[in-house]
Amino acid sequence: MSDKVDLLSWTCPVPLRHYPTIVMGHGAGGQMMADLIRHLFAPAFANEWLEQMGDATVLAALTGDRPDAQLAFTTDSFVVSPLFFPGGNIGELAVNGTVNDLAMRGARPLFLSAGFILEEGLPLETLGRIVQAMAEAARRAGVAIVAGDTKVVQKGHGDGIYINTSGIGLVQPGVKIGPSNARPGDVVLVSGTMGDHGIAVLSVREGLAFETTVQSDTAPLYSLVETMLAAGEVHCLRDATRGGLAAVLNELAVASHVGIEFEEQSVPLKPAVSAACEMLGLDPLYIANEGKLVAIVAAQSAEAILAAMRAHEYGREAAIIGRVTDTHAGLVIARTAIGGQRLVDLPAGELLPRIC
Amino acid sequence: MRYVDEYRDAGLTQKLLAEIRKTVTRPWTIMEVCGGQTHSIIKSGLDQMLPPEITLIHGPGCPVCVTPLELVDKAIAIASRPEVIFASYGDMVRVPGSGRDLFSVRAAGGDVRIVYSPLEAVEIARRNPEKTVVFFAIGFETTAPANAMAVLQARAQGLKNFAVLVSHVTVPAAIRALMDSPEVRVDGFLAAGHVCTVMGYWEYEPLAAQYHIPIVVTGFEPVDILNGMLTCVRLLESGRAEVRNAYGRSVRREGNVAAQAVIRQVFEMTDRAWRGIGVIPMSGYRLRAEFAEFDAEQRFPQVQAIATHESPLCISGLVLQGLRRPDECPAFGKECTPQSPLGATMVSSEGACAAYYRYGRRHER
Repeated sequence: MSDKVDLLSWTCPVPLRHYPTIVMGHGAGGQMMADLIRHLFAPAFANEWLEQMGDATVLAALTGDRPDAQLAFTTDSFVVSPLFFPGGNIGELAVNGTVNDLAMRGARPLFLSAGFILEEGLPLETLGRIVQAMAEAARRAGVAIVAGDTKVVQKGHGDGIYINTSGIGLVQPGVKIGPSNARPGDVVLVSGTMGDHGIAVLSVREGLAFETTVQSDTAPLYSLVETMLAAGEVHCLRDATRGGLAAVLNELAVASHVGIEFEEQSVPLKPAVSAACEMLGLDPLYIANEGKLVAIVAAQSAEAILAAMRAHEYGREAAIIGRVTDTHAGLVIARTAIGGQRLVDLPAGELLPRIC
Repeated sequence: MRYVDEYRDAGLTQKLLAEIRKTVTRPWTIMEVCGGQTHSIIKSGLDQMLPPEITLIHGPGCPVCVTPLELVDKAIAIASRPEVIFASYGDMVRVPGSGRDLFSVRAAGGDVRIVYSPLEAVEIARRNPEKTVVFFAIGFETTAPANAMAVLQARAQGLKNFAVLVSHVTVPAAIRALMDSPEVRVDGFLAAGHVCTVMGYWEYEPLAAQYHIPIVVTGFEPVDILNGMLTCVRLLESGRAEVRNAYGRSVRREGNVAAQAVIRQVFEMTDRAWRGIGVIPMSGYRLRAEFAEFDAEQRFPQVQAIATHESPLCISGLVLQGLRRPDECPAFGKECTPQSPLGATMVSSEGACAAYYRYGRRHER
């Protein structure tokens, strides 16, 4: 630091991007995780199926007696803290999360596996409640849990319980949904209010507890997807989990080589979620959901699909929020409440409250 | 949301913009001092809606950005100690020191916790008597009363395991430094509403008179910012160098006297280094001698002689002030891309370089 005051070369210090070790940001669903996948996992495992980079992978021609149908396969791990939160628990998330990843390829979820990593000292009563919740969620989603695994780690080496679920589903004949299928002119919809899950979990996190009526939105979305497919031409589906709506729109814009524009005002938000975000210095566009999807559909189908969504219990507050453009490929632009516009980028790493 | 939505009203925004367009007759350069206002301007897209006569410069009022490298390195050294729980405001955790940040400390096993209030850090100290809890007390006058209160609370509770690492800076000193700099051309300032809520705006009156510049106390929502800007443009157009309050629902001339008393009780003025800028005389606070037992720098004397290393800076400071276009930077699109940025303007989605890079690439296709 020199003693001379130099105002012209002043700049914000650049956040680090390249860490020699894993930091929490690598798991936050943003740019750091995308880098990890692109530079470490994808090249190591490279194959034609992984290249799809969707929520689930569609495995062609593995269904002997029904050559027109295709299998979809996916996996997801769940590490939420606290284990129980308003509106749900880790067990429901573990079933719905994998069910939804399959549904986002238009696949009817059929079978799940469940892997448990249990920490020494976890009360059996707690495990029992979580497993019951999984069983109930599986019934609701119409899937069978057909394989499992249990490991125990020493006290202090886990956060009570971690759950991994993998899932297999069947893509119905004629259904073609994937992240690269968005076309200019298509319409962007969301299935309901954004940010409920993330705020519900934050509201009970240690050191941050605040009173709110917000509940997690965890829900299985295949039946909603089924009604949408029946109502019109669906091109892309994503469930807006980690990284929220902003991350999903960016991934779709990049995968489809299109631009996306949306009206910030049209994004459904619960007043309590808006208020919590204002108070905490967070942007609801980046907050996680566990029972909401983002759909990109053909323009001529948009109204019919919207009506079908609103008639479904998990899509009552669905809304058209924007459209796909042939300009600014790979970029997502929001029109703001006051009529301005801004770039909405992928989050970098962990979401942090702003001081300024 | 009540008390927020009305200040984001599209109709009112358009009315204020029209009024600014009607009032302005020549180019003016206006600086919003505060990072919170910059954030609001970019987030609402206000910057692209202003008449071309008005150039907005984003000021150095981002408390995490101006916290000197030396203090960040001290924070990292203290947070790495096994007996320490280090508590910080959220966005300070990702600010890099000489090669590392507080995220890396956490990944290496350090106990780094994000708190919303310094009083939470006091509470953590009370619950963990076997640990030393260090709070990173940074920020402008806005956070100073709460940070001072934390020290008073710790003393009242007789806590021996609580300390603060202080890096407080003040706005009037920054305005003085900006106006004393021969290169900087600013015609008027939007002062930060929350700083003035605490400190009032009487301190700015001598600055306005000495440097012959209007200073307008301004809030944070789009309507507030445009209201402040309109007030500033009116003052500029009529040649008046005065201080005006365009954030009356929160700010009084004398400020929050009780909060100021708490600041004065715990802190005293000192020279402070501003990251990327340099030492500005009497520009910040340090703990008074009677609170030395709560001073983390004294409690951990081994961090005093810390060697810092700042990576070479890009020209984003010049870009931010409109003195260079992003593509005039030799590193633009070569060493510096959104994937591996050298400067904040390429990191942030809101940054000029990132926008320029992406739109530029679009034209190539």
